[in-house]
Amino acid sequence: MGSRAARIGVAIFFAGLLAFPIVNRYVGADGRNDSGRLNAAEAIERHGLFLEEVSSEVGIAFSHQAPRLDPKLAHIMPQVASMGAAVSVVDFDRDGWQDLYVTNSRIGTHNALYRNRGDGSFEDVAADLDVADVNSEGTGVSMGSVWGDFDNDGYEDLFLCKWGRIELYRNEAGAGFARVTEKAGLPKWANVNAAIWLDYNRDGNLDLFFGGYYPEEYDLWNLPHTRIMPESFEYAQNGGRKYLYRGNGDGTFVDVTEEVGLGGRHWMMAVSAADLRGTGYPDLFIANDYSVDEVFFNENGEKFVSAGEAAQVGFAPKSGMNVAFGDVMNQGEYAIYVTNISEPGILVQGNNMWVPQPGTSGNDLKYTNMASTLKIDMGGWSYGAQFGDLNNDGLLDLFMTNGYVSADRKESYWYDFSKVAGGHKGIISDARHWPSMEGRSLSGYQSKKLWLNSGSWRFQQVAQSVGVIETYDGRAVALADLWNRGVLDIVVAHQRGPLLVYKNTAAPENHWIAFELEGRSSNRSAIGARVNVFWNGARQVQHVSGGSGFSAQNQRPLHFGLGIDARVDSVVVQWPSGRETIVDTPAVNVLHKLTEPA
Amino acid sequence: MTTRRWGIRYDARFTAPLFITVILLGAHLSFGILESYEKTLLAIASAIAIEVVLSRLLRGAWPHLASAYITGISVGILIRSPLYWPFALCSLLAITSKYVLRYRGRHLFNPSNFGICAMLFLAPYAVAHLSIQWGNNLWPMLVIWILGSLIIMRLKRFHICATYVAGFLFFAFLRTWFTGDSFLAEVAPITGPMYQLFVFFMITDPKTTVASKRGQAVVAFTVAFVEFLMRLGEIVHAPFYALFVVGPIALLIEMWIKDRRSATTIAAHA
Repeated sequence: MGSRAARIGVAIFFAGLLAFPIVNRYVGADGRNDSGRLNAAEAIERHGLFLEEVSSEVGIAFSHQAPRLDPKLAHIMPQVASMGAAVSVVDFDRDGWQDLYVTNSRIGTHNALYRNRGDGSFEDVAADLDVADVNSEGTGVSMGSVWGDFDNDGYEDLFLCKWGRIELYRNEAGAGFARVTEKAGLPKWANVNAAIWLDYNRDGNLDLFFGGYYPEEYDLWNLPHTRIMPESFEYAQNGGRKYLYRGNGDGTFVDVTEEVGLGGRHWMMAVSAADLRGTGYPDLFIANDYSVDEVFFNENGEKFVSAGEAAQVGFAPKSGMNVAFGDVMNQGEYAIYVTNISEPGILVQGNNMWVPQPGTSGNDLKYTNMASTLKIDMGGWSYGAQFGDLNNDGLLDLFMTNGYVSADRKESYWYDFSKVAGGHKGIISDARHWPSMEGRSLSGYQSKKLWLNSGSWRFQQVAQSVGVIETYDGRAVALADLWNRGVLDIVVAHQRGPLLVYKNTAAPENHWIAFELEGRSSNRSAIGARVNVFWNGARQVQHVSGGSGFSAQNQRPLHFGLGIDARVDSVVVQWPSGRETIVDTPAVNVLHKLTEPA
Repeated sequence: MTTRRWGIRYDARFTAPLFITVILLGAHLSFGILESYEKTLLAIASAIAIEVVLSRLLRGAWPHLASAYITGISVGILIRSPLYWPFALCSLLAITSKYVLRYRGRHLFNPSNFGICAMLFLAPYAVAHLSIQWGNNLWPMLVIWILGSLIIMRLKRFHICATYVAGFLFFAFLRTWFTGDSFLAEVAPITGPMYQLFVFFMITDPKTTVASKRGQAVVAFTVAFVEFLMRLGEIVHAPFYALFVVGPIALLIEMWIKDRRSATTIAAHA
């Protein structure tokens, strides 16, 4: 069979093929792996930032407790009750300091509202302001929160996502909160863990969009049966429904979900809104568990048109957990980061980084998944992620948390999980058939990721180098300048774990600029407003968001890193009303407060 | 191998490729199982290209491409990765193994099974095998099982599939004693799409199965048994690894038995 030389050549070729994955693991991993922990000075010199976990120092001692649902689910409780740790950033009392609202998820536990004292410390004022005791028997438990000024009185109001009775609280001038759920006309029961504020029709009143995870007919503490699991691991359509409530500005809302064409019963994990096509109207991007990503284009505030397949994001079903928008290449357009699951050899979905295809726009907008190219695809069992310029170098970086169930370090549930997850829907959808977890881990003890943007379509993972070493099961990530120093700090909520606060020290030579917007004709929170910063020949766009990431909301002010020797040429603010504000040569290293012109 | 019916010449070797293509298209049009056409086409093109090159180089002949096509399309379906290179590499490994891992002129491993096992073992950071990615509805599965059974019957290899499935069900029942899980939980894997390809295309591969009908049934049952042991050890890729271990050993034993019989016959005639 062939000459001896040819056979030897083919054998060498075969050996080379076998060696390729091993070599590639190390060579190709460049940028994916962290090089190891550095001290503060080294980290700042090499990466432009250092992160120090300071929660206990600043008076935050919060530990999340997971839901404990119907005893019929006890054998897989860590899996079915795997969410609820959430954090949102708000300046609820308008004192100029960013506060934190943190959720708890076991019946009887309390949520916390950490007021930023402005002296470097925080105090929990949730009980005093009546937003602590929200997880009582018969009302369900908290899954997340988003803030928006629905009555345009200048104070941010609170929408509380729950598995159970979702709640709306009106902010009483920062001195307390009044429960206004019934008056608002919201549904009496839904199992929601994804919600945002937006002004979809640009009428100046904030609207609410949220989506169910488990179907709304289930009281998860009193289940009639155990057939509550997804019918498929990647094609499930037996989850909760979508809800769009149009705000009237007076504390009442109207369910317009069907009217605007928002349907489907996916297991929604995350949602965020942004004007993706330059129409002035916010489009919706949704990450679904057990299914495809969805994008709905907003047609003049009247209809939402499902465009997932046309935009090429709704093709490959994965386990979507997060939606974050970022102008990562400073091109004036958003990439969209969706987290998924990657477990070596078992389930390698890879996270999605949807980048607009050049030459596509408007209703023909199409996306390409660039996560692998950018080396931001492998994040383990990924959850919350947010874009932010963490080292103020003028490029948006990406922080991501992960880890599903950290229990017994030596015993894994993956075999049993994969055994049932691939089965027929009659098997997978019934919790009875799922093997008992018995204290085993499932993608536990994972290392968080901080991908620094190099600006040349490359990211480098440096989380552990710059001080992020904790491996609790992360869920929500929120970014905020907690001490008004001109840097973005990072807050991470963990399932069955602590709320961690990473205080950021960024390279002092890098400049920044920030904008706090207040709408007049537009909604007072200015949610949906776009800010374009032009500096040193570069451009970056950000928008005021009513919620992004996974069960999270970043600070309301928009923070732009500028790098060294920065001089901002101009700033263009596009308000939801259509008005525009142009600021020429604004000062750097300053938070600018801009009010919408009349 | 070639027959003429209704004026059309038909090569029976195209039956399996046609069947697997129908499965792929049906599953994709129903559920959109493919992450991208490009990855599947890359796997097929890589398999065909390397088959042509190696066949010309080592045999000096143009190969029949049905086998390479099946390998490529199997890789395209069974390997899951967000990256492109694993699809090409898996196909290259699968086909090249046919030409390198040989004993007495026979290749020992089922090509696509070898490629997939090599990838799962060497590159778990980049690949997984198909385990959950198709819809879990009953009707497409039934169509594939029935259609597949009819075709495999025509090819006179149904007994292999039947023995393996019976073995799997028996050992699934047995596993419930050890694991304490429900029978349906143990049966769940075989209701998924991966097993349809494994049962119809991998364990029935004529080139890497033993010759006798009885031997084929014994090997299929042994694969199910080794898989049973591996499943008790919570090895996620148990069916692939079981075939990887049992297949070559069965062929070697068959050769040894043949040698012994030849030697006995020669001795008797001497």
